[in-house]
Amino acid sequence: MTAVAETTARSAEKYRVTRSRRNVAWTGLGALVVVAVLALFPYIVGAGTETILVQAFIILTLASMWNLLAGYAGLVSVGQQAFVGLGAYFVLILNIHNLSMFTALPVAAIGCGVAALPMWWLVSRLRSGYFAIATWVLATTILLIIEKFPSIGGGTGMSLPHTPSLGSAVLEAYTYWIGLAVTVLALLTVYLLLRSRLGLVLTAVRDDEVAARSSGARVGLARMLVFVVAGAGCGAAGALLAVSQLIVQPSAVFSVQFTAEMAFAVIIGGLGTIEGPILGTIVYMILQQTLQSYNAWYLIILGLIAMVIAIFARRGLWGLIDEHLHVRLFPVGYWLWDPASNGRRGLLPRRRRGSHAG
Amino acid sequence: MSEPAGRAPEASEPILEVRELTVHHGQLRALDHISLRVFPGEVYAIIGANGAGKSTLLRTIAGLHQPTEGSIRYDGQDVTRIRPERRAISGIVMVPEGRRLFGSLTVEENLQVGATYARKGPWTIERVYELFSWMRDRRAQRTEQLSGGEQQSVAIGRALVANPRVLLLDELSLGLAPVVVQRIYGMLPEILATGLTVLLVEQDVSQALRVASHLQCLLEGRTTLEGKPSEVTPEQVEVAYFGLRQGGSGGPGAEGVWGERLPPRSGGGLGGVVPPEEEQLWSGSTTSSRGS
Amino acid sequence: MVWVNDIIQGILIGGLYALFACGLSLMFGVMKVINLAHGDLAIIGGYIAVGVIAVTHIPVLWSFVIVVPLMAVLGYVLQRTVIQAALDRSILTTLLVTFGLSVVIENALLEFVNANSHSLGVNDAIITSSFSIGSQITIAYLLLLIFVVAVVVLTGLQYFLSRSSYGRMIRAVADDREAAQLSGIDYRHVFGIAAAIAFATVALAGIAYGMYSQFSPTTGTDTILLFAFAAVVIGGLGSLWGTLLGGVVLGVAQAIGAQISGSDEFLAGYIVFLAVLVLRPQGLIARRAQA
Repeated sequence: MTAVAETTARSAEKYRVTRSRRNVAWTGLGALVVVAVLALFPYIVGAGTETILVQAFIILTLASMWNLLAGYAGLVSVGQQAFVGLGAYFVLILNIHNLSMFTALPVAAIGCGVAALPMWWLVSRLRSGYFAIATWVLATTILLIIEKFPSIGGGTGMSLPHTPSLGSAVLEAYTYWIGLAVTVLALLTVYLLLRSRLGLVLTAVRDDEVAARSSGARVGLARMLVFVVAGAGCGAAGALLAVSQLIVQPSAVFSVQFTAEMAFAVIIGGLGTIEGPILGTIVYMILQQTLQSYNAWYLIILGLIAMVIAIFARRGLWGLIDEHLHVRLFPVGYWLWDPASNGRRGLLPRRRRGSHAG
Repeated sequence: MSEPAGRAPEASEPILEVRELTVHHGQLRALDHISLRVFPGEVYAIIGANGAGKSTLLRTIAGLHQPTEGSIRYDGQDVTRIRPERRAISGIVMVPEGRRLFGSLTVEENLQVGATYARKGPWTIERVYELFSWMRDRRAQRTEQLSGGEQQSVAIGRALVANPRVLLLDELSLGLAPVVVQRIYGMLPEILATGLTVLLVEQDVSQALRVASHLQCLLEGRTTLEGKPSEVTPEQVEVAYFGLRQGGSGGPGAEGVWGERLPPRSGGGLGGVVPPEEEQLWSGSTTSSRGS
Repeated sequence: MVWVNDIIQGILIGGLYALFACGLSLMFGVMKVINLAHGDLAIIGGYIAVGVIAVTHIPVLWSFVIVVPLMAVLGYVLQRTVIQAALDRSILTTLLVTFGLSVVIENALLEFVNANSHSLGVNDAIITSSFSIGSQITIAYLLLLIFVVAVVVLTGLQYFLSRSSYGRMIRAVADDREAAQLSGIDYRHVFGIAAAIAFATVALAGIAYGMYSQFSPTTGTDTILLFAFAAVVIGGLGSLWGTLLGGVVLGVAQAIGAQISGSDEFLAGYIVFLAVLVLRPQGLIARRAQA
């Protein structure tokens, strides 16, 4: 054996590489418990709480999609509200043609995923700032076009014509459960996506795009896939919005405020981490509920906090937690166990500070 | 600045002194406890292979990198924490690797920018036009349209009009034809005649040896050789440059840096690239007093 | 032909759009910052003018004298502090921070002023009247004045950039920040100057807009930012004349769209914008291929 191979073999005996630390089994169990408890909520809490939670589900779904785009694929989109609106309108249109709004939801999500393809063709070659503005213009353009069709409500909007004839409590419950399902599915999709080969490609690109490309990574394909998934996810959120509100108004469902909400939730919670959007959504909902009577205040405070965190704590609140406790609930990286440190310090992946292929 | 503009360093106080400089790029240690002293009027050459840390050294002296350890003293003052633009204003001016001209600006505008915070001194835009005779006619041309050699001349001119005391030249020869490189280095005597001190970095060893009054070789961030060109042998330079053990460049028992055996070689190495004494800028000058 | 009148209106309003856009173009060209709060800054200029007039009762046209320098100072300070801090992290951070700034500004305005539209009433009769050329073309003096001011400002800015020492420094820093440092230039200060100019011009444009039309807290992002961006993209980055051309093209597109149908005014502009983005991202007068 050559000297090099010999030293490598000897080192390999000492070091271990695993996908996750031992606590992930507990996390999986914990997640199941949380979901089960949440599923029981309609039997426990009142309709008011359900509505708030559905709102939280929408924000969380949007946030995890925006995080996928900006935190992993480096695509800062200020136009995801296009998919929110499209998702809502898909539901409306399908409902007009007698499809139940609950069945329409998954169809709407898929439809938005498909709609993302031509949109990607339009914007994919643009660099960060131009990409951001282009998505915004695209969203505004779609809004203006949709407003021209009186058959779906024109500029004023329209309520869903064929709502199921259930009692309001049951309707709320069904809406709630669908919302829970959408959110769980969204988080699961993001998790599996990032754990897969695609996730590896994205992380490589995030660290060094040129190196990633030259080692054969299909960067363009990876980004397109992310854009499509994010489109579908935001579309699902929009569909959920339509289902929960029972009315679709263009200015409401295409509002750029959605981008503000999802971006702030992600930035505050932690850009580039899966746990971040969850934490960010919680912070968002708390602020919104506490400051609700003060109208625009919660957005002002959220905005200021987001700005501060973007500058001083790049990985958000979750990043701060992660740094100090080395916790990772969703194992998408690799942990290198150095025997000398008793497995207390995972070494991979460590994001380089201050650099982002943005 | 009372000593006459001359080629032999006579002062006993270094104008630029680097002590135990250590620089990291992230986790990579680019420079490891590097020290050097440059005396007024000298041409101090740093040579070494790619990645040896030469450009990092120059950039740190210019202020574009912060060292992890060590200090830089200029004219007796500690400038280690001073911002690059302030160092330029006080007289340490660098001609960066790759020219780095302002592409959308014309030749004259580039020189004007260089002169924005110029110190008082003999160098003006007019004098640069005299040094590089072609430049006056092309002064309204955008620099992105110039050839490599022309760009290098403009870059040097841009540094000169600031009237520096220490001129840092980073890899002048990169990407240029040998003939062009020789012509550019041929300007050095006239530049030195105005009282500047030059610290240069070169991959082209023969060119460096031709113009240097003092020499330092870097390998993987450490100093492997230091001295005057007239005092070092080609073999010593080769060993220092490539990191070969002292087994020599071709004799039996030659070892590489990792202890592996090297096949014998016939001649070659750097032996052929050391220019004859009459071509060297500093040949024969032994009146230097480098202090203790 | 009614079209001719509309096209002329479109050309004239294009001057205002170009005035909005030149600050955005400057900040992107010099420091690679896409200021998503750019439109809101114009509105802030408008609101400050409203406040100043309410307190001091000076004529509307004098409000420029106070507001524009004030905004310039604000721009320098904001650049040296917040934006520079974001720049030191990454381009992504500047996008996020300016976006946050935009939301904060709009909601602060909504909170402290109100959601209604405001306008800077101009009482001078000459300004509010219009003159006619032939029987088809009517031009409001105000609009013409705004166009003239826009062209004067753009010309002045172009002159400043190409002839003055500071303008050279700005262009040098835009080309190569590090090399500029090696020539003794503090690029952070130069960035501050560029931001000051950007804020000043956009405030000027905002006040002009307020005189010509109405604005509300959300006009910044609803209307102005996208128009400014459209003018920059259509005209091409790196050229102030390109920005003027871009503004004019946008204005004309909108005028034609308004002719087709009242609600298509903005839509026409956006479609032209998207078309340029896709087909010729470097714009009509490309100096540097940036997109």
